[in-house]
Amino acid sequence: MSDTYREMWRELNMDLEKHDVFLGTLPVAFGEVFLRQENRPAGMAYFDNALAEAHGGRIQEILAGKKAGRMVAGTFCVFAPEELIFAVDGISIGLCGGAQFTVPTGEQVLPRNLCPLIKSAMGFKLDRICPYFQAVDFLIGETTCDGKKKTWEILNEYVPTYVMELPQKKGTADLTLWEGEIHRLKEEIEHRSGREITADRLASGIKMANARRDALARLYRARWADPVPISGKDALLISQLAFFDDPERFTAQVNSLCDELEDRIARGEGVARKGAPRILVTGTPMALPYWKLHHLVETSGAVIVGEETCTGTRYFAGRVAEDGRTVEEQVKDLARRLTAINCACFTPNKERVEDILRLVRDARADGVIYFSLQFCQPFGVEGRLVERALQEAGVPVLRLESDYSEEDVAQLKTRIEAFLEMIAS
Amino acid sequence: MLVVGIDVGSTSAKAVLFDGRIKVYAIQPTGWSPREAGAEVLAEILDKAGLSRREVANIVGTGYGRVALNFIDQAVTEITCQARGINYLTGKAGTIIDIGGQDTKVITVNEQGKVVDFVMNDKCAAGTGRFLEVMATAMGMDVDELGSLPENVNPVNISSMCTVFAESEVISLLAGGVAREEIVAGLHRAVARRVKSMLKNTAPATVVFTGGGAKNEGLRRALAAELGVEVMVPAEPQITGALGAAIIAWEGNGGAVAHN
Repeated sequence: MSDTYREMWRELNMDLEKHDVFLGTLPVAFGEVFLRQENRPAGMAYFDNALAEAHGGRIQEILAGKKAGRMVAGTFCVFAPEELIFAVDGISIGLCGGAQFTVPTGEQVLPRNLCPLIKSAMGFKLDRICPYFQAVDFLIGETTCDGKKKTWEILNEYVPTYVMELPQKKGTADLTLWEGEIHRLKEEIEHRSGREITADRLASGIKMANARRDALARLYRARWADPVPISGKDALLISQLAFFDDPERFTAQVNSLCDELEDRIARGEGVARKGAPRILVTGTPMALPYWKLHHLVETSGAVIVGEETCTGTRYFAGRVAEDGRTVEEQVKDLARRLTAINCACFTPNKERVEDILRLVRDARADGVIYFSLQFCQPFGVEGRLVERALQEAGVPVLRLESDYSEEDVAQLKTRIEAFLEMIAS
Repeated sequence: MLVVGIDVGSTSAKAVLFDGRIKVYAIQPTGWSPREAGAEVLAEILDKAGLSRREVANIVGTGYGRVALNFIDQAVTEITCQARGINYLTGKAGTIIDIGGQDTKVITVNEQGKVVDFVMNDKCAAGTGRFLEVMATAMGMDVDELGSLPENVNPVNISSMCTVFAESEVISLLAGGVAREEIVAGLHRAVARRVKSMLKNTAPATVVFTGGGAKNEGLRRALAAELGVEVMVPAEPQITGALGAAIIAWEGNGGAVAHN
């Protein structure tokens, strides 16, 4: 790692020694999981590099922006209206944690029986090994689950954490509440950035977010082809990087990758044989650098053809209308996105089952893996209803619960392989 | 034609030599190396049958150690193998409860011996052979002795299925003067209830109990009592996975299998 980066990390008050240990584990994991794949699309080179520079070049870029007066906001959820951040030319970073490395530190201030995503994110801040956490001006948390909701109170002691109240239903009153919350965040962002959010600026923010959604939707559509032109692992990596990368550059890169994938589809070329077992994953988000499930499935002879997760279709669901003329109208449109994202934090959440069944059909999935992070109550509990609905529709389903550690890999592998044997027979 | 199925589990390695029927079988402790255990158990059945490796047409490996076996022709999970093995022995659809060293599995099988559904414990050891092993040690017993204790005792209530907490509970029950057989009966009931929860409210018609755990008669009785159905144990419940692997090897080489 270059001295420039070390100097930059020092200035960000990072724990350099711990950070070295953390980074030291990643190249091995990355090579093992990604670089050994056969026939990867050439367009993945950009994303491999984006990952390699996640703690380097990208941070340099963000700090340069910050010096030039750009606001940097951290978010934790697909509901965070990033359009408002884009409207003030701010930088938006998704900060969910996906590493076992920081979980023990997270557990110093949080209960052990809490989901690893929250513990990992908290650990990244406490360990001071995440340059994004160190670079943000403030964080935008939301009340998607009790674990997150209460964690913000503790996290706020280390970095200013603003909390949006996300409703738990999708009725008129809930939409009104959420609309109010978006207005409130708009004021906060205007105050913090020193820039007014005008209709023109917000319109361009909405366009920017939509363009990224469109590109990801296009990528996910390419995965419906058989043979599949891109591995699930690579698609997941792209989704994960969407939370960190510059949105316009990222969108352009995803679109050019899609050009390549569409050519592959036209030629009938893929990364797995035609007819390879096709799996749809549904459940909790898989934050960077969590690749365990995808790696296990795709080294067992199957391909993952879609993720109904927050690091999958839920991230780009809910395209926002672009014809709002006033800020009032635009905020209403932003609030309406709530109804299009079927997260288990809502009750009831029947539309999620419809989403999954539609994805199974579109992506021609042979089976569904319902993946839930340990101690995630909304997705853990909802699993029963989804499993039953899938069984009634004749779709094989495997429920898995895991965390970020490696200790259950052999057991998971047995279950995944048995599931694939069951589908094949 | 001769084929072999090898099942290397966390505690023991099993092998079955199959020629349309079970010709010979062997069981050995796995020890520290799954690969060596697999090789040794293969050597043992070949030795028993007076054969050389070259006379075996196909070898299928299964069990958690299957990935370590470098001499097999194919690896298949123990879930699929158990289903095939039990279907061969019973010829019926049904539910298999397999309690091994590290895992407990509930497998639903159709009449063709295909897996319809399965549930396996998470990384937690609750309800597995390991759970009973730890409790046996806490009571100064060998796990094999658990099943031979008297039948008509009042099971004491074990409130925790967490291996760590249950161990302290057992120690305090012993300290409080509770009879060992009552504690053992309580442990068996606790494991049976855990298995029942894995059945997700479905009441199986027939249950076949396999794995090392099935050699424990007290546990079999507790399962029958909790599930309210007859629980059958094959003559040699530890080798049914290896048997299924052998059948898959047999069919893989074009052999047809008649039910036993």
